[in-house]
Amino acid sequence: MAASPLFTNLDQIFILLRDWLVGFLPAAFRPAAGVALGAIAIVGAFPGLFAVVVLLERKGVGRIQNRYGPNRVGPFGLLQPIADAIKALIKEDIVPYRADHVVHFLAPIVLLVTVFMAFAVLPVGRNMVLVDMDTGLLFFIAMGAVTELSVFMAGWSSRNKFSILGAMRGIAQMISYEVVLVLSTVSVVMIAGSLSLTRIIAAQNSYSGVFPHWYIFTPWGAAGFLTFSIAGMAETNRSPFDVPEGESEIVAGYHTEYSGFKFAIFFIAEYLSMISISGLCATLFLGGWSAPFSFLVFIPSWIWFFSKVILSLCVFIWVRGTLPRLRQDQLMNFAWKFLLPFALLNLLVTALWRFMGEGWMRWVICTAILAAAYVIMGRVSMRNQHFGPRRYRYAE
Amino acid sequence: MLGEGILKGMAETARNFFGSYVSKERLTTVEYPEERIPTIEAARVFPFLVYDGADWEAGLRCVACQICEKECPPKCIYIDKSKDKKPDYVGKQQFYPTRFDIDVSVCMSCQICVEVCPFEAIKMDNEFELATTDRFGSLLYDRKQLARSNEYYHSIHPTEASEVDARLGEEKAKADAKAKAAAAASVAKTAAPAPPAGGGS
Repeated sequence: MAASPLFTNLDQIFILLRDWLVGFLPAAFRPAAGVALGAIAIVGAFPGLFAVVVLLERKGVGRIQNRYGPNRVGPFGLLQPIADAIKALIKEDIVPYRADHVVHFLAPIVLLVTVFMAFAVLPVGRNMVLVDMDTGLLFFIAMGAVTELSVFMAGWSSRNKFSILGAMRGIAQMISYEVVLVLSTVSVVMIAGSLSLTRIIAAQNSYSGVFPHWYIFTPWGAAGFLTFSIAGMAETNRSPFDVPEGESEIVAGYHTEYSGFKFAIFFIAEYLSMISISGLCATLFLGGWSAPFSFLVFIPSWIWFFSKVILSLCVFIWVRGTLPRLRQDQLMNFAWKFLLPFALLNLLVTALWRFMGEGWMRWVICTAILAAAYVIMGRVSMRNQHFGPRRYRYAE
Repeated sequence: MLGEGILKGMAETARNFFGSYVSKERLTTVEYPEERIPTIEAARVFPFLVYDGADWEAGLRCVACQICEKECPPKCIYIDKSKDKKPDYVGKQQFYPTRFDIDVSVCMSCQICVEVCPFEAIKMDNEFELATTDRFGSLLYDRKQLARSNEYYHSIHPTEASEVDARLGEEKAKADAKAKAAAAASVAKTAAPAPPAGGGS
C-alpha cells in the first residue's frame, strides 16, 4: 500500500480537521471537545444522508411504479427534502386530550436519542469512530433494542386503538427478529474473535490477489448476510415488514397520534435506524470501510463506507418498491420457523468452518450444508398452507 | 425454491425502473399545469346558465320557476323572481330571475338542477380551475358570472347542445304553427262572419 501523503491526508481529512479545531483549546479540554465535535458531525451528517435517502426513495419508488416522483421543487425536485422539512416544522402539533402527555412527549425523543447513540460505535472510516468500544457490537444491538421501548411508549401513551395495535404488532415483530439479528451477528464474532467493530473490520481488511477477505464471500457469511439483512429490514419496520404501521389497516400504527415535528422525528428515526443497520451490515459482512479490490485502496475509506451504506439503502428501497406487506402470521412463521433455525444452523456451520482449517474441503461442506438446509427448510416449513374455503359456524 | 418469486418480482421492478428512463410510453403521468389532456365531452363540474343571442341579460333562458332551487340537494341555489315579465325564445311573456346565485363551495356537482329544468336553462360546465383566495364571496357566483352563451355550450358539449337546440327548435316550430293557425283562424273568423253551419277551422 503506497501511503502517499496526499492519500493519508484525504483519508484522514476529518480527523485532521478535528485535531486542528481542537488545537485552539487548552490541553485539558481537548479530549472532551474532540468527542463533542465527533457527536456534532454524526448529528449533522446522518440527517443529511437521511434527506438524500428520502429523495432517492421517492424518486426510485416512483420510477419503479412508472411515475416521475417529485420533480417540482428545484431542479429535478432536488430541494424536495427542504420543502418537506419546512412543512413538518410549521405544522400544528396536536396531542390527544386523554393521552399521557409526558410519555407521549418522551417517546420520539427516546427513539431519536437511541438511534443516534448507535452511530457512536459505528466506524465510518479508518480511525473514524466516536467511541471505540470493546463491546461495540453489543452496544449497537442494545441501542437497537431500546427503540422497541419507544415504540411501545408511543403506542401506549396515545390512548388510541390503532396506536396500541400498531405498538403490539411492532413489539411482537421486533422482538422476534431481534433474536435472528443477534444470532446472525454471532457467527461474525466467532470468526473475528472480537465484539469490537473496528477489530471486525480489521479482520476483513486484507486481500488475496485483488479480492478482499470480506465475510460475505464465505458460505457462512453469505447465509449470515441473508438472515441479517432480512432481520434488519424487519427490525427497522421497513416494507415488506411494515406491519406495525400498515397504513391500509391501522392508519399509521404507533405514530397515528403524532403530528407535526414529532411525527417528523419518528420518520427521521426510522430512516436513521435504516442507515445504522445498513452501516452495521456493511461493517460485519462487507468489510466496513475497506475497499472492494486491493487496487482501489487509494480512495478514502469513508467514501467506501458511505457508498456501501447508500448501496444497501438502494436495495432497501428496491425491496420496498417490489414486495407487498406480509400478514402478521406469515411474518411470525417466517421468523420462528425459517430464519431462526437457519441462523442457529449457521452458527454450527461457522464453528465447523472455524475448526476445519484451511483448504477447499470446508468450502464444499459448509456450502452443501447451508444450501441443503435452505432448500429443505424452504420446502418444508414455508410450505403453502391451503386453508380451503372459509366456513362459518352460524352464518351459513 | 424459497425466494424465487421475490427475485422475479425484483427483476420486474428493475425493468420498470430502467425502462421508465428509456421509453416515455411507460410513464402515464400527465404533468398537469404544463401539459393537459382535453376533458372528455361528458365531463361536468359546476352548473352555468345558458343565454341566447348577444346580450346575456336579455337572452337568459331561465324563467325563475325555482324548480332547481327546490330540488337542489345541498340547497346551494338562491333565486329571486322578477315582478315584471319579458318575452322568452318562443315570444311568450315569462318571469326572469333578478337574482340567481350558486354557492359553488356547497354545490356537489350532482346535475339534478340540469335534469329537472324544463327550460334547458341550466347546464353543466367543464371549467375546473376555480381556485380563489377567498373562502366565501368569490365562491358565490351571481347570474352574470354564471351566464354562458349557447355557442359556449355547443363548444363544450356539442352532442348534447345540438339535441337541446333541435328540441327547442321543434317546440318553437310547434308554437309558431299553433300561433299561425290561431292567427289564420282569427283571420278566417273575421273574413267570413257568421257562417250558416259547419264551416271553418
